[in-house]
Amino acid sequence: MAAKTLFDKIWDRHVIEQYADSYALLHISRHLMHDGGAGPLALNRSKGYTVRNPELTFATMDHAVSTEPGRTKATRSEFSQRLEEMRKETTIAGIELFDLGEPGQGIIHVIGPELGASLPGSFLVCGDSHTCTHGGMGAIAFGIGSSEVSHVLATQSLVQRRPMTMRVTYDGTPAPGVRPKDMILYLIGQIGTAGGTGYAVEYAGNAIRALPVEGRLTICNLSIELGAKIGMVAPDETTYEFLKGRRFAPQGELFDQAVADWRTLPSDPSARFDREVKIDMAKIAPQITWGTSPEHVVAVDQRIPDPGTVEDPDRRRAMEAALEYMGLKAGDRIAGTPIDWVFIGSCTNSRLSDLREAAALARGRKVAPHVTAWVVPGSETVKREAEAEGLDRIFKEAGFAWREPGCSLCLAYNGDRVPPGKRSVSTSNRNFVGRQGPGARTHLASPAMAAAAAIAGTIADVRSL
Amino acid sequence: MEKFDKLQAIAAPLMRQNIDTDMVIRIERLRDLPRGKLGPYAFENARYKPDGSEAPEFILNRPPYRDAKLILAADNFGCGSSREAAVWALWDYGIRCVIAPSFGPIFYNNCFQNGLLPVILPLPVIEELVAEVEASQGTGQVSVDLEKCTVTSPSGKVTSFKLDEMRREAMLKGQDQIEQTRTRDPQIAAFQKADQKRFPWLYAARQ
Repeated sequence: MAAKTLFDKIWDRHVIEQYADSYALLHISRHLMHDGGAGPLALNRSKGYTVRNPELTFATMDHAVSTEPGRTKATRSEFSQRLEEMRKETTIAGIELFDLGEPGQGIIHVIGPELGASLPGSFLVCGDSHTCTHGGMGAIAFGIGSSEVSHVLATQSLVQRRPMTMRVTYDGTPAPGVRPKDMILYLIGQIGTAGGTGYAVEYAGNAIRALPVEGRLTICNLSIELGAKIGMVAPDETTYEFLKGRRFAPQGELFDQAVADWRTLPSDPSARFDREVKIDMAKIAPQITWGTSPEHVVAVDQRIPDPGTVEDPDRRRAMEAALEYMGLKAGDRIAGTPIDWVFIGSCTNSRLSDLREAAALARGRKVAPHVTAWVVPGSETVKREAEAEGLDRIFKEAGFAWREPGCSLCLAYNGDRVPPGKRSVSTSNRNFVGRQGPGARTHLASPAMAAAAAIAGTIADVRSL
Repeated sequence: MEKFDKLQAIAAPLMRQNIDTDMVIRIERLRDLPRGKLGPYAFENARYKPDGSEAPEFILNRPPYRDAKLILAADNFGCGSSREAAVWALWDYGIRCVIAPSFGPIFYNNCFQNGLLPVILPLPVIEELVAEVEASQGTGQVSVDLEKCTVTSPSGKVTSFKLDEMRREAMLKGQDQIEQTRTRDPQIAAFQKADQKRFPWLYAARQ
């Protein structure tokens, strides 16, 4: 039998029917929904399409929820209508909804793994581009648009073209201060935001194997910023240990049976990838973005690059526009740039390990007086666990706001906004123009780098703190 | 879905890499505005000044590009968020085709769900189209023929593009994919039955 990649094995398992030109009708083993799902649910209902498999569908509220401290189900916001529609539509459809204040509520890409809903070997979709996150569990997972959401609701399947495969191998040990976020930002800086277009990416190598599940989720989360819809990490003992006993994970004998199967999933040693990229961990320093695309990234001790040295005119124009929007000058050192806001949260970096990483720096220190700093836990469960170990107190004593779980400042669709012209260091995934609010300027970084910036009041090298 | 067969139109060059779907439509607009009403908000950040007046330098505010139905773009057009409203906003503005060297993968799929044709051509070919369009001050029209899979420049230079047959046929016929797949329900049911036997844990969450 021909050697297969992790991707091949999972894809082939889910083919209901092979169509022409590498297209296939694929079975969806997990459909995750967030509060943007009310539209497709209502549209399908109006067409007489029932939800084919509500028992394979999981829903929560995240994008449009207020993260105001003390928020409850009854809290009204400018987006409350959305939440009401989602409650109504999921009730009609018989889809379980994890609502505000309940364990299980949170950012969909945090709760999927947390609940054990995202399983190795599964084929998982959600109407959100960062669905690639769940690939960190050893699944094929990708984001879809709302027409495809309608298709999945009605048929529990999707028609997709088989992508090419790419393997990114990280070898070596991380240098001090280097986190999973730095590993993936560095890769995006090396191959660009279109470097992964057309590929399903597998992250491999001893540096990936050494990561806990949460770090793998962070890395897979930014696959879409690489241009790849799909990013994945082969499941291993770390994955099984993480899943054991979680609410929707298989239990008892069924769990053992599942693990026996999951052990067959990793890429065969002789499997061939369409593209291979090797990353030497020794070359990675803590990263920070300077522009308006995740590929506009440098190590924190470097200078802002000069568009004048770039030959490609389209790339140069994008860099020039980015510098103007960001209010930065080519050739300046990025460290020391004064900042106004810090956001620790989002589906990239809002899990317990991320909050611990930031709290370790915040402990006994103070947020610079001119900086507004927020910590937004990724889920109700993360929030409760963090509070149980006192992280909320560390943050509050340092001057961070401790808020309720949701997407918050990652996309400014919920009342949370960075004001126009203000500069933010953010652990989220997109530094696009206006992403954190009209006119807001975003620098992407790890939770440790974000905490360091909050304390210094400028972009700061976490290694110097 | 509206069919796509041929288009001859004013083409607006937007030659900057990584035009993301946040740039195409701001997320706040999706709260209050349904599909069909997003046209005035396409490229909102670039198109209007902070006071709400038009930014005169933005290409779609300049005649004849204001009437463009086609966009010539650089690498990675439509990257970022999966919001299908990016396609709806372009459609509502009047755009029916985008030609670029590469697209954001989710945006690319979303286009085919809505009858907006994304065409992949090598960058040098697009640069030639841009040069011809600009030389004519935008009046020279670009043609796209989906039946033949060709793009014709204002001067008549023809370039072929590749598109998977399934996609091409669905666009030409304006096919609804959900209706197509619903005819496969027996196959889906049979698949699930076998799948549940092989991988029971995937079905165990709610049992």
